[in-house]
Amino acid sequence: MSRSVGIVKSKIFHCKDELSLTCGQSLKEFELVYETYGKLNSKKNNAILIPHALSGNHHVAGKYHKADKYPGWWDNMVGPGKPIDTNQYFVIGVNNIGGNDGSTSAKSINPKTKKIWGSAFPIVTVQDWVSSQKKLIEHLGIDKLYAIVGGSLGGMQAIQWSIAYPSSVKKILCIAAAPSLTAQNIAFNEIARQAILQDEDFFKGDFYQQNTKPKKGLRIARMLGHITYLSNDAMDKKFGRKLIQGKYNYNFQKNYEIESYLNYQGDKFASSFDANTYLRMTKALDYFDLEKIYKKKLSKVCSKIKADYLVISFTSDWRFPPARSKEIVTALLDNNINVSYAEIKAETGHDAFLLHNDHYHQLISNYLRSRT
Amino acid sequence: MKRLDFIKISEWVDSETKVLDLGCADGTLLKFLKQQKNINGYGIEIDPSNIEKGIKNKINIIQMNLEDGLSVFNDQFFDTVILSQTLQAMVNIDKIMDEMKRVGKNIIVSFPNFGFWKNRFQILNGKMPKSTDLPHEWYNTPNIHLCTIKDFEDLCAKKGLAITNQLFLTDNHPIKYFSNLRGSLGIFQLTQ
Repeated sequence: MSRSVGIVKSKIFHCKDELSLTCGQSLKEFELVYETYGKLNSKKNNAILIPHALSGNHHVAGKYHKADKYPGWWDNMVGPGKPIDTNQYFVIGVNNIGGNDGSTSAKSINPKTKKIWGSAFPIVTVQDWVSSQKKLIEHLGIDKLYAIVGGSLGGMQAIQWSIAYPSSVKKILCIAAAPSLTAQNIAFNEIARQAILQDEDFFKGDFYQQNTKPKKGLRIARMLGHITYLSNDAMDKKFGRKLIQGKYNYNFQKNYEIESYLNYQGDKFASSFDANTYLRMTKALDYFDLEKIYKKKLSKVCSKIKADYLVISFTSDWRFPPARSKEIVTALLDNNINVSYAEIKAETGHDAFLLHNDHYHQLISNYLRSRT
Repeated sequence: MKRLDFIKISEWVDSETKVLDLGCADGTLLKFLKQQKNINGYGIEIDPSNIEKGIKNKINIIQMNLEDGLSVFNDQFFDTVILSQTLQAMVNIDKIMDEMKRVGKNIIVSFPNFGFWKNRFQILNGKMPKSTDLPHEWYNTPNIHLCTIKDFEDLCAKKGLAITNQLFLTDNHPIKYFSNLRGSLGIFQLTQ
């Protein structure tokens, strides 16, 4: 039987090493907030890293207090007896630099000026996150990760890990990801950014000092995001044309249930998420392009990879559609890398990677248990 | 029971070569070839439960519909391409034969022989045939393109494929003479 990891506590890794960033700037030192579940074995070869996606964080599983309403964001996947089984594996969740939940970000104090970074906080990339995560893994005394399991932007980090540190990871589980974003994806990100940038409460990124938050912009960004994470069919099934009060209002108040849902999600997000993080996460997504980073064709970029791969996509995911995952598979095949690929029938769109699905969970569980 | 068709197929595959198994089911053949010949193998399969089993069997398994072609693979990418008891279930046999020629050098195809005497006899008796190699009822069979050994030889000639080896089995035993009548399963090794 699968259970929850129970009550968890986050920790802080303070790295005194300077971190050179892709943009040319550097961070003299940085902090990463992380959580671990399960036990690291004596050989230190059972560690699994779970990098997060756009709005995620280090809180992957469990609760902080019994009374917490929600557990960590991937609680259905990680725990004792779950696909990523904490009885067997030592699982690490980490909040990325620039992130919303405690790692060094625009909300932190700039050691140089002793003031909040705000707009001055640099643009960070997937490569930067991976090099900072490597420092954390070293700090935990781990030479080689047993696996990295990442969905969406987390999948991009997993790929980057296997290229930047080929000897430091055994298995990559790359879920609902892509080797780069398409123009359409970048376009959605740009609308989200514009919503935030044009909010008068954004103050060019220095809203902290003004004791305010660009909530209006964040709401719109999140509402837009939600539409793209779901499929048309899923939305139709869940909401259809259902009206909140069963009749038209003939005004601009919320009329349909889908409107109410999006507004609720927008409000929830805007009150808890940092605008500078949202801007930087979307930029990191846009800038991730393996062929551009390594100035080579994708199959040449993948020639460095030593890890085995399981690539997973979902049929109704139109933000990171199966065809993009197949590009990764093809590039891996070109290099004779061990790769398996599953295209999971799901109607829930990009969100499917976070949702429970017996087949999906069985695949992950089987793959982690094989080739140990 | 050792599957003689798998043993024979493995004799036609060189050690430490790249092998593609089309319609690999749960990966039993690839697993066997890995043990026997230390091949670098990949399997293509469409059924989700077979993907789960293939991963459990520690083989590389890729979920794809064979009918869509093999576009993820480059020309002449594999030393051997195997289509084991899958041909008869495919819609577009012309296309898959061309794709096999494109991605591989050594081609191995096995299929149930519709001309097997027991099949002929059942038709003479007015019934659709059922046998070890054709176990389904007519109304639920996935096999839509059944052929005889002679038919397949004609197709190979038409496709410009030379038959380098052929073998016939009935209930896991080799058949030497009158194979189109006495053989229940045909296994062919082809080259361009």
